Amino acid sequence: MSEQKYNLVCGLEIHVELNTRSKMFCGCKNDPFEALAPNSFVCPVCLGMPGALPVPNKQAIESTVRLGLALGCSINRHSRFDRKHYRYPDLPKGYQITQYELPFCYGSSLQTSEGPVRLRRIHLEEDTAKLLHAKNKGEESRIDFNRGGVPLMELVTEPDIVSSAQAKEFGKKLRNIILYLGISDADLERGNMRLEASVSLRKEGETALPSYKVELKNINSFGFMEKAIQFEIKRQTALLEHGEQPAQETRGWHEQTGETVLQRSKENAEDYRYFPDPDIPLIELSEELISKLKADIPELQSAKVERWKKEYGIEERYGTLLSEERTEADMWEALFIVLKKDGISVADFVKDVSNKKTLFTAVSSVADIRAHYLAKKSADAPSPEKIAEAVALVISENAKAVADYKAGSEKAIMFLLGQAFKKLQTKLGADLIKEEFLKQLI
Amino acid sequence: MLLDSTIAELRTLLSSKKISSRDLVEEAYGAVEKLNPKLSAFISVRDKKEALLDADRADSSVKGPLSGIPFCLKDAYVTKGLKTTAGSKVLDTFIPPYSASVVQKLVAGGAILIGKNNMDAWGHGSTNENTDYGAVKNPWDITRVAGGSSGGSAVAVATRMSAFAIGEDTGGSIRAPSSMCNVAGLKVTYGRVSRYGSIAYASSLDTVGPMAKSASDIAEVLSVIAGADPKDATSSRREVPAYGALLSKPLAGTRVGIPKEFLAGGLDTEVRRVFEDVVKTFESLGAMIVSVSIPSLAYAVPIYYLIATSETSSNLNRYDGVRFGQSRELFTEETMRRIIVGTYALKAGYHDELYTRATKGRTVLVREFDAVWNTCDILLGPTMPSVPYRFGDLMEDPVKLYLADIFTVPVNLTGLPSLALPAGFSEDGLPIGIQLIGKKFDEATLLSLGYAYERATDWHTKKPNMLS
Repeated sequence: MSEQKYNLVCGLEIHVELNTRSKMFCGCKNDPFEALAPNSFVCPVCLGMPGALPVPNKQAIESTVRLGLALGCSINRHSRFDRKHYRYPDLPKGYQITQYELPFCYGSSLQTSEGPVRLRRIHLEEDTAKLLHAKNKGEESRIDFNRGGVPLMELVTEPDIVSSAQAKEFGKKLRNIILYLGISDADLERGNMRLEASVSLRKEGETALPSYKVELKNINSFGFMEKAIQFEIKRQTALLEHGEQPAQETRGWHEQTGETVLQRSKENAEDYRYFPDPDIPLIELSEELISKLKADIPELQSAKVERWKKEYGIEERYGTLLSEERTEADMWEALFIVLKKDGISVADFVKDVSNKKTLFTAVSSVADIRAHYLAKKSADAPSPEKIAEAVALVISENAKAVADYKAGSEKAIMFLLGQAFKKLQTKLGADLIKEEFLKQLI
Repeated sequence: MLLDSTIAELRTLLSSKKISSRDLVEEAYGAVEKLNPKLSAFISVRDKKEALLDADRADSSVKGPLSGIPFCLKDAYVTKGLKTTAGSKVLDTFIPPYSASVVQKLVAGGAILIGKNNMDAWGHGSTNENTDYGAVKNPWDITRVAGGSSGGSAVAVATRMSAFAIGEDTGGSIRAPSSMCNVAGLKVTYGRVSRYGSIAYASSLDTVGPMAKSASDIAEVLSVIAGADPKDATSSRREVPAYGALLSKPLAGTRVGIPKEFLAGGLDTEVRRVFEDVVKTFESLGAMIVSVSIPSLAYAVPIYYLIATSETSSNLNRYDGVRFGQSRELFTEETMRRIIVGTYALKAGYHDELYTRATKGRTVLVREFDAVWNTCDILLGPTMPSVPYRFGDLMEDPVKLYLADIFTVPVNLTGLPSLALPAGFSEDGLPIGIQLIGKKFDEATLLSLGYAYERATDWHTKKPNMLS
């Protein structure tokens, strides 16, 4: 039997730690990676001490709504936080403050080369503490609460993803938008962006959702996500071909073996006893705030690439390459503006840069790059003899323009220059060409 | 006794140096040493030397409006460095690393902490029998309960172990013991006083309020503890009125509503007799008595016991038997009952029928109370349906215990303020109290009516015989 028989049904759950100044519900510093010692950024609130109360972080709510607006989501004007109950040593209150029925953002979709992926919701919650498990017998496991209570945004997609490559593309696109908005460092390796894929298979032609799903965790790169999904497709296909239904379970990706491994069976749905957190009043998002947040959203990469194409004629693949990061894209654009003024083709420049014909160090300033590029180009410019020859030819062929120029028309000299560029099949050495015209037309 | 005086009187005596704060603190500790072994009003008493140091400091320089005045706290409030148990052995070894906002405000206002009062564990009770630190005894008859859950605080005020106390009211926990011990107690509007550092029973119902000998003392304390707190998102930014200055607001013409549901069957005949006298007193003071109806009051107890137990099942989840050193096995039977009921009410499949339905019922009650203000300015009713119970009377039957809260829980569900006042005694000399219920954030009107009532009567000056 062929593997073509089954199609992938995949949805993603992506958690992102926001880079707010303070934690989600207290004033502690939100900087777990920079803490000098475990449990140094803690207080009664994030330690879940008796009597402590949560106060929601405005900046975190605004960051979440900004992502929602950037993705075209609908925003719940009235929202709230709920309690999700479970017991684990990394959760000091015995419940996590999250959003259940009324997430800040819902709806919309994100386009990929294999079609749109619908977004179900984006909500905000608190991160758990970090468990440092005992490595050897007799050692104690320890808990570091520096991460406990850090704002954690969760985005959930509909199960629209049909290939591992599309999952990877979606993840990368989302990460790019998050970085453009500047709301998180979105570092997968450090775990401030965490990927979870729910994977199941259905027979080709079927439209109903499969009656099981396997959740994949412990994935800390887009490449691993791709591989984990691919592995899962093979594993589940084999089971299905033997007439077995894959079990509802959570599996972890093992980088060393390149396999997913059972972590926890999920045959019985857990009951989290959600209810609205009575310590936090309902949150109202005003029309005013939403329009302000909307206005704050920077031009995103896809729009930038589109605009570069129009304004500078930059090919999409090159535009995408140079705009991965917002600050870098801004640097490049500053350069484009200067080059365009210099009369140099930005599209050609970008092509050269992208094909590594022109190399710059990361610290190069706009002025340095421009000087470097111009010097290199003038070395490639036509020889003075060729220029003299072409200019003489243009003068002889364009008597009217020559007459206009002599009568004082600025336009005429631009026209003559253009003709010379055509003859020489380059714009390089424009200054020399202009000089040659002035010399020959005296 | 110096501590028979009002806070305003004490302040005058202190500022004219006729007495010292040291005298007050010594007197308070004297009462604690003498009476607490009989009454179990305290779980922890603060080191006397420390309190005396505070007193000496207050005597050398005035710190605030409550400078040099001794007070005590229900053990539900965390106190930095001082054991805080919420009445439960589960927290028997818990020394908090921080102090509740209300404690910080009182200390900044100059008040001097004497100790931490006994209470029903986690606030779970109306009789103060559900404590791991010995049932609190009523100083008017030690064979009877003091009321709960802030029983220790009511007893401490009644027996002059302090000038005032801070109680906590979730379903009547300030008002019930106040009325059973012949003291005044205020359940504030939800959001009026910060809950930060108050060990939660049921977060949407919990309120922090003063207990004292009179309405005027309550006004003094409320002025210090009320107001917004950036650490409590549910605290109100509404301005805090000058409660003391508003006390003499004239009462004449005030429309006092009596919900007819309060006087239906189940009311003890002695309570009814006292209540009828109270109504006459208010009439004689110029109040207009009107009969009103709040039809859904009958549902208040089941609504309350679904919401309060749901919230407490969540709030107590953090006491996992690991972090605070003591096992969950130490939860009392009553606490376990509330955890189980609340867990069940939030369970998938029952959630809509129980928890969600109760929150809808709560909204109905809020609307009915809102509507009542069209016909009156304030409500008047008994605090408890009965005189103080004998030990064990209610503990065997949880339903009976819960029904004792029938008059007190509606204001917690609706967030309204309510002032309990001493109103008389049964033939056996047991205290009976009444409660005034006001509009949201209108504590000033409650206190002014209470003040007028206290000037017309002398119930609030009566002391248990054991003090003489």
